[in-house]
Amino acid sequence: MNNKTIRRVLAYIRPRFAMALLSLLLNLLTVVLTLLIPILVGRCIDCIVGPGQVDFARLADLLVKAGICIAAAALLQWLTGLLNNRLTFCTVQDIRQDAFRHIHRLPLRYLDSHPSGDLVSRMITDVDTFADGLLMGFTQLFSGVMTILGTLVFMLTLNPLITLVVVVLTPVSLLVARFIARRTYGMFRQQSVTRGEQTALIDEVLGNEKLVRAFCREDAVVEEFDGINERLADCSLKATFFSSLVNPSTRFVNALVYAAVALTGALTVLAGGGLTIGGLTSFLSYANQYTKPFNEISGVVTELQNALACAARIFEMIDAEPIVPDPENALSPESTEGRFSLEHVRFSYDPARPLITDLNLNAEPGKRVAIVGPTGCGKTTLINLLMRFYDIDSGAIRLDGTETRGIRREALRRNIGMVLQDTWLPAGTVREIISFGRPEATDDEIIAAAKASHAHSFIRRLPEGYDTFIPENGGSLSQGQQQLLCITRVMLRLPPVLILDEATSSIDVRTEQRIQKAFASMMEGRTSFIVAHRLSTIRNADTILVMRDGDVIEQGTHEELLAAEGAYATLYRSQFEH
Amino acid sequence: MKRFWSGLKEYRKECILGPAFKLLEAVFELIVPLIIARLVDEGLRQQALPVVWRCVLQLVLMALLGLAASVTAQYFAARAAIGFSTALRHDLFAHIQSFSYADLDRFGSSTLITRITGDINQVQTGINLGLRLLLRSPFVVFGALIMACSIDPGSALVFGGVILALFLIVFGIILGTMPLQKKVREGLDSVTAATRENLSGVRVIRAFVQEENQSERFTRLNRLLTKIQLFTGRLTAAMNPMTFLALNAGILLLIHTGALKVDGGGLTQGQLIALYNYMGQILVELIKLANLIVTLTKSAACARRVNDILLTPSSQEDGEALLPEGPVSLSFEDVSVRYSATGDPSLEHVSFSAAPGETVGIIGGTGSGKTTLVSLVPRFYDVSAGSVKLGGRDVREYRLASLRKAVGIVPQHAVLFRGTIRSNLLWRDPDATEEELREALRTAQASDVIEKKELGLDEPVRQGGTNFSGGQRQRLTIARALTGRPAVLILDDSSSALDYATDAALRRSLRELSWKPVTLIVSQRTASVRFADRILVLDDGACIAQGTHEELLETCPVYREIHEAQQELPSDEKGGGRR
Repeated sequence: MNNKTIRRVLAYIRPRFAMALLSLLLNLLTVVLTLLIPILVGRCIDCIVGPGQVDFARLADLLVKAGICIAAAALLQWLTGLLNNRLTFCTVQDIRQDAFRHIHRLPLRYLDSHPSGDLVSRMITDVDTFADGLLMGFTQLFSGVMTILGTLVFMLTLNPLITLVVVVLTPVSLLVARFIARRTYGMFRQQSVTRGEQTALIDEVLGNEKLVRAFCREDAVVEEFDGINERLADCSLKATFFSSLVNPSTRFVNALVYAAVALTGALTVLAGGGLTIGGLTSFLSYANQYTKPFNEISGVVTELQNALACAARIFEMIDAEPIVPDPENALSPESTEGRFSLEHVRFSYDPARPLITDLNLNAEPGKRVAIVGPTGCGKTTLINLLMRFYDIDSGAIRLDGTETRGIRREALRRNIGMVLQDTWLPAGTVREIISFGRPEATDDEIIAAAKASHAHSFIRRLPEGYDTFIPENGGSLSQGQQQLLCITRVMLRLPPVLILDEATSSIDVRTEQRIQKAFASMMEGRTSFIVAHRLSTIRNADTILVMRDGDVIEQGTHEELLAAEGAYATLYRSQFEH
Repeated sequence: MKRFWSGLKEYRKECILGPAFKLLEAVFELIVPLIIARLVDEGLRQQALPVVWRCVLQLVLMALLGLAASVTAQYFAARAAIGFSTALRHDLFAHIQSFSYADLDRFGSSTLITRITGDINQVQTGINLGLRLLLRSPFVVFGALIMACSIDPGSALVFGGVILALFLIVFGIILGTMPLQKKVREGLDSVTAATRENLSGVRVIRAFVQEENQSERFTRLNRLLTKIQLFTGRLTAAMNPMTFLALNAGILLLIHTGALKVDGGGLTQGQLIALYNYMGQILVELIKLANLIVTLTKSAACARRVNDILLTPSSQEDGEALLPEGPVSLSFEDVSVRYSATGDPSLEHVSFSAAPGETVGIIGGTGSGKTTLVSLVPRFYDVSAGSVKLGGRDVREYRLASLRKAVGIVPQHAVLFRGTIRSNLLWRDPDATEEELREALRTAQASDVIEKKELGLDEPVRQGGTNFSGGQRQRLTIARALTGRPAVLILDDSSSALDYATDAALRRSLRELSWKPVTLIVSQRTASVRFADRILVLDDGACIAQGTHEELLETCPVYREIHEAQQELPSDEKGGGRR
């Protein structure tokens, strides 16, 4: 019913095929030994007919044989359990690993359009549910099938007619289970989808809880939460209840099979058909054991349904179209002159809404390009394109004359240092945060970079200096301090091209003055793109691009643009209008 | 855990009926071996065909009754489990909404998220299975013991011994794995955190070409998790074989002693078969019980984690008073703030006041305490000494909801929520009219953001507002704060993503607000605060000077330095002189 997902799961098991095979083999042995026990017990009972009619010699022999079987079966069962654990946990580890690696292969287009809470829920909760299902599935599906086959063989040796009764009736329980499972699959999927929706909301609200507090939105978010929560309760109840019908119904069918075996068995014994009372006991015991795996298998089937619904969501992500790989012959220049040129670039996030239609610009090596324009004019998009976070629709972006699509992304990005408007710092010590782009940097280098960006003084005042642990999202660091760290981590790398996106906007002016000086020396000989709002930055630029609605409408130096009395002149003057 | 389980009270009926019907089902199952014993002793040995038929019909009847009982039980169990966990999820979510900033800082959002999602799901599974099996399994086990006793009192010793051994094995292993389960959870938490971090920081990670390093870090965490899981699994895997061993040893013993009794005439063959069958039932139920207990330990660990949060009271006490409608005055009286008992104060002895309609500018270096200062007005944090007064009363006397309703805040980070522009703007005042929204947008210089969008106010906003640029987001957050005409308006460095033209227009329109709010503007730019009625200059948590722009230029060298740094315009600039 979900063959594609099953094939994907199997592909993950393939590397441990030998282990799976061994597990299968041990299982088979366990089952055979386990099935021998009822026969031996049946024979024992035939030795115990009535007062004075007990064959003690034979009984002793049978009991010893049974004892050996029991001990061996227990040992094998234990080994199989260990193998299955390893198989499951390692497979899950691989899937999480692949999912994680794939995050970094996915285009930003995909990541920007999927709520991160939903992706986290797939990688954690779904993989977990999937693991539980798979673990159960492995342990029980194998032994279930083995037991069924084994029992069949043993029963045939006892009495073919009663075996026929069992074989004809038992599949009914399987049918019932399948019938229910098929109907609950949709419910489980619905539950999974609603859970994802709820996780996304939880993620959003708890991630911005302080804002919720600031706007007294507590009641409103709770109300929104309750809406989803009720829908979740509704589909969970359906999924849980209907799937939990599997056990009672199969158990019912099994009880009927048991009765049928008792009847035919009793009739055979009465008719003198060669079946002893002990044989009937073995048969009843088998009838139980024969139907139990059907129960388990159907239990497993529901569990697997759930697991598969989760797996489908995981694989949807793992199999999502990755970024176009770098071509085979892609260059990976160690360094670059930093000559960037954009020719007739066309780009839009949504094909229905053109954004950049014909963007041209030239950044000579070592020059400073300031980009100004009203908010929403495409400055951030330009960064997305330069960094190749998004690929252009047509036209060309060249670095040193080579189209950037012909350069390995890694190499391209290594040559560009970026400080974004939205600070993002990983959780870690200050030292780790600064050396994020160059984990091998020495302490001296780190401190030198921090001094250059004037972050050193505030870092030193932190409780544990460079070893202070900063949690995700910057913890108690101020916005300005976070930006200082962002600048420091670029300082440490000093690539030939710099992209600075309003980076210094939250840093106080005195610190900024020093940073500007540090930047100035850092930018010496480096091509820099600065999305700037500060006139001092803009005025010192070699070229100013004035953008509006995705296109460059003016280009030139500060003086030239002022003289032109165009959009830039208006923008420039407005600063002093009050 | 009392508060935690109190939610189950509402499902008392389900919690009683579910297990009750399960017990009923068990009773029907326990009768089956007796029927078989009769079939053997009275039917087969006596060659009585009618007895055989009657016994078989009884078996079918038991099956039917069992089905009816268990379906009913499943329904009640599912209802109780899902009803309870839905309520729990609501309680937890609502409880988190009562946390203060300090509480949130302490827990961190990723812990809270796992608890409300994964942990509660596990609790739900635990309750569902618990209601179904927790009573049933021991009942079948002891029921079998009693039935066996009624057949042959002597066999009780064997049954008792086997049950005891099984319990020792099961509980020994369960107790042994309990602390390990906790470690598994912790491992999972760190894998979750790494995933979240990589998703939120994906741009920076790619820009720094750290995909490999991040993957390696994830691999380490992921491997560690697998290692703990494997270790835990090793213990759990021993359970089934050991119980199997104990039980079958019991069967052999039973047959051995049974043989002697049958030989002496104290027991019939059919009764021995019944004893054997009862032993078989014990195994099935004990395996179920063991699996159940594994699930329950997991659930119990999760329940405790959820409960920890529920038991954490909000560290902030709510006041009683309601803030009056209309303009209010604001004053800080010798205010000091210390975030931790040992740390340096973040704010020391700050005093100032503002009449309705006045604007206070706050300027100072990074970490000088600007954000801390404005956080005190809506009580995001509380003062350690001194008092913040609004309308003449300490803010701590007001009901939090009433206080915060009166404050419009624009945070440094411009975050929008999933929904539409309209739903975001309605955050402060859900009753605002269309005209009020448009007015707020106009004041915030954000009208063009709406005009550019096809759906206008109803343009969808993605999680985090990622479909808007930084500047657009910032202007929308300003409009959001203005909606509903707050008595106090706080702009926390919130024009940083705006270009000068927009920033200037914004400041102009803020000055002209008709409803006279007290406005606090935190900024790095003197241009943003120069027209304020009062400017505070903060340095390392202390207010080193306050006054108007002109006064400060005269008296405060730090302010002058900041101002001049921003004013370094060549005098010969043409067009630069329209000051």
